[in-house]
Amino acid sequence: MIPDEYLQTFVVECRELLEQMEDALLIVEQAADAPEIINAIFRAAHTIKGSAGMFGLDSVVTFTHAVESVLDRVRSGEVAMTSVLVGLFIKAHDHLKVLIDHVAEGSQLPSEIDSQGQRLIGELGAYLNKTGADQAESAIPAVHRAKVEREHSDAVGSDHWHISLRFGPDVFRNGMDPFSFVRCLSSLGRIVHLETLIDAIPAAEDMDPETCYLGFEISFSSNADKVAIDSIFNFVRSDCLIRILPPRSNADEYRRLIQELPEQEMRLGEILVKCGTLTPEELAGILRFQAEQHDRPQRPIGEVLVEQQLVRSPVIEAALEKQKQIKDNKKNEANLIRVDADKLDELINLVGELIIAGAGTNLIARRAKMADLIESTATLSRLVEEVRDSALALRMVQIGGTFNRFQRVVRDVSKELGKDINLVISGAETELDKTVVEKIGDPLTHLVRNAMDHGIEAAELRLARGKPAQGTLKLNAYHDAGSIVIEVSDDGGGLNKDKILAKAIERGLVTEAANLTDQEIYNLIFEAGFSTAEAVSNLSGRGVGMDVVRRNIHALRGSVDLDSAEGLGSTIRIRLPLTLAIINGFMVGVGNATYIIPLDMVVECIELKAWAGDEGDGHYLNLRGEVLPYQRMRDHFEVEDGAKVQRENVVVVRYGGRKAGLVVDRLMGEFQTVIKPLGKLFKGEKSIGGFTILGTGEVALIVDVPGLMGQIEHERALGEVAVASVSR
Amino acid sequence: MTNIDPNNQQDGRIVINGELSIYTALELKEKLLAGLSTAEELELDVSGVGEVDAAGLQLLVMAKQQANASGKVLRITGHTPVIIELLDLSGLAGFFGDPLLMVNNSNPEGQSI
Repeated sequence: MIPDEYLQTFVVECRELLEQMEDALLIVEQAADAPEIINAIFRAAHTIKGSAGMFGLDSVVTFTHAVESVLDRVRSGEVAMTSVLVGLFIKAHDHLKVLIDHVAEGSQLPSEIDSQGQRLIGELGAYLNKTGADQAESAIPAVHRAKVEREHSDAVGSDHWHISLRFGPDVFRNGMDPFSFVRCLSSLGRIVHLETLIDAIPAAEDMDPETCYLGFEISFSSNADKVAIDSIFNFVRSDCLIRILPPRSNADEYRRLIQELPEQEMRLGEILVKCGTLTPEELAGILRFQAEQHDRPQRPIGEVLVEQQLVRSPVIEAALEKQKQIKDNKKNEANLIRVDADKLDELINLVGELIIAGAGTNLIARRAKMADLIESTATLSRLVEEVRDSALALRMVQIGGTFNRFQRVVRDVSKELGKDINLVISGAETELDKTVVEKIGDPLTHLVRNAMDHGIEAAELRLARGKPAQGTLKLNAYHDAGSIVIEVSDDGGGLNKDKILAKAIERGLVTEAANLTDQEIYNLIFEAGFSTAEAVSNLSGRGVGMDVVRRNIHALRGSVDLDSAEGLGSTIRIRLPLTLAIINGFMVGVGNATYIIPLDMVVECIELKAWAGDEGDGHYLNLRGEVLPYQRMRDHFEVEDGAKVQRENVVVVRYGGRKAGLVVDRLMGEFQTVIKPLGKLFKGEKSIGGFTILGTGEVALIVDVPGLMGQIEHERALGEVAVASVSR
Repeated sequence: MTNIDPNNQQDGRIVINGELSIYTALELKEKLLAGLSTAEELELDVSGVGEVDAAGLQLLVMAKQQANASGKVLRITGHTPVIIELLDLSGLAGFFGDPLLMVNNSNPEGQSI
């Protein structure tokens, strides 16, 4: 009965709830007594149970019910939240995740998963059986099949809960049936009286049969708490006005209820009766009184009520104000929508095409030398630029979600290793492209595990070195010059320079004669097949890994480097471009070809002759007292066509704290660049990151600045080694 | 998904089969209003309804209100268990005022409105 897309929504929501649950459990493990956190865990479990019940997912309902029952005991203080219990809940969480995955795939539950679930339910049951008093309650509620019991009673008793529901117009279209919530409700208690409000149904010709006009006023008898009752409506919350008044609420709360009820057609008196402010007898008396005052026929009933001193005027004012409030409420609801990631990708692609087409128009306008047209295309490009920025911003997500996943990784790995390690997260609100976030998870996991396994020492060694027994692992993120920097740092032993160098020489990665900086030595660990770990653990140390990390990050057009201080710890810094799709480029000409340099990395442009002079070896120039290595792009890309120009320009680029100059023939200005990937054939070419299509339809190559800089340095190093060996 | 049985269609009588729900509401609304416009007394035979939801119920309410407003009579007959359950749950049985008998379309005469 419920279409697939709602099941997908259910799965997505469940996964979010499970993430919240996991985070909360990990917090509880650290600081045992935190009632609001335990409440959060309980709510998450309860919501999953409620929604699963609506979909008739018995396996999930059964299991979650067991979890929830124990959580309820913890909440009421009957069972203490020990670390053993937290461990059990974490296992239960993992099991639920598996169940939800099966729901998502629509696959049958394998029997071993099922038996594992039974085992966990058994373990959880042990906590329930300690008093055994409410055995009956732990019976599984048949949420979706509960038979409704209804009883008429004359008075709207204040001993009962009062629930007011007004369903939004889209409830049916969203695949929900208001009555299913009522049926769910009856699993928590007894519905004493239910009034279906049909007042909002318009006359036949205006009525849209697919719009929901219904509302309920429910008098409900239950021992459940407000959270439990409230959570039944979790699935419809965004689409429904829900007000729940506990038994014996005071006048103020009723007043608030009147304020919140959207009923427009219904007369005030009836609302007041429904809210329990007045009894039907009192209302009948007022109606009689109004009939007697026939000479003033249109007196508002509210005025009569006040005159009769049956309700205090604030109650009436509240009721009269409600209409204005409804309008305000409508503005506030639903500021967020879920969008399919594919649709966003499609949008980005289209914006990319738009930019290319726009560049073409621009060029034609300039060639035609029509001032009006040039002006209008300029306006157009500015708008396209704005569209591009907002389209890219849509795909930006905070890195916090990825970081938080590591709480669990750190917990599990530190248990496995027997080390006490605390994870500190900062910069969680830093945003980056969704596609980058998805791909950074694996390399990051590897780095985190590595740092915990090799970086942070065992407690005894830490104490001997005068450090606190608890190790600290930090994850940090920040924006820097058009890239995002992610840091993984530990306060462990750091890297042993001599050991790395010895190993590198042994493996033939460097020669003994090579004079390497500390930084260069540390970065050797990113070479393939390099491991200094003495013992191979099942986590890391097998020599595969760091090179894979580096390769993955390079695939994202990023870079990775490492800082370390022996005895104090090390920091691994990953630099990634903010986006993989569209950048601001700086167009330069070399010979007849055009190249694009990412604008974020360009610091300045200078004339070569003005700075380099005649002296020097053609490798370095003196930029305001700073030594700047430079390279002719003409030489690097072996461009032979085109006449040599009189005035060569240097584009000074900066990447990761280093600067270099690229000598080009022509400076051609800024260009919106849609990055197209290069084919496999060019995989070996490090200094080109992709290509783009110009307005003329020509192809321009995008310079991969980090790759180019690395390659130049590598070539120079080889040259120097060659020079050194010749001179020897 | 079938809802109205054309073979069993006559003036003053509409037979609904299958689902009385959001999936059929749009279609049914037209038929119900058309039926109400031609006949003074309309009998709505729901004995073939296997599934009913809030949208279906809402539609019946609309039809009843429309009949009342135009001074016509709408009778619902042949309540199936699912409809009785929903009427019971919603407390709207009194609004419709039809006798809740689990009989299939036996004798429309003698049933009160």
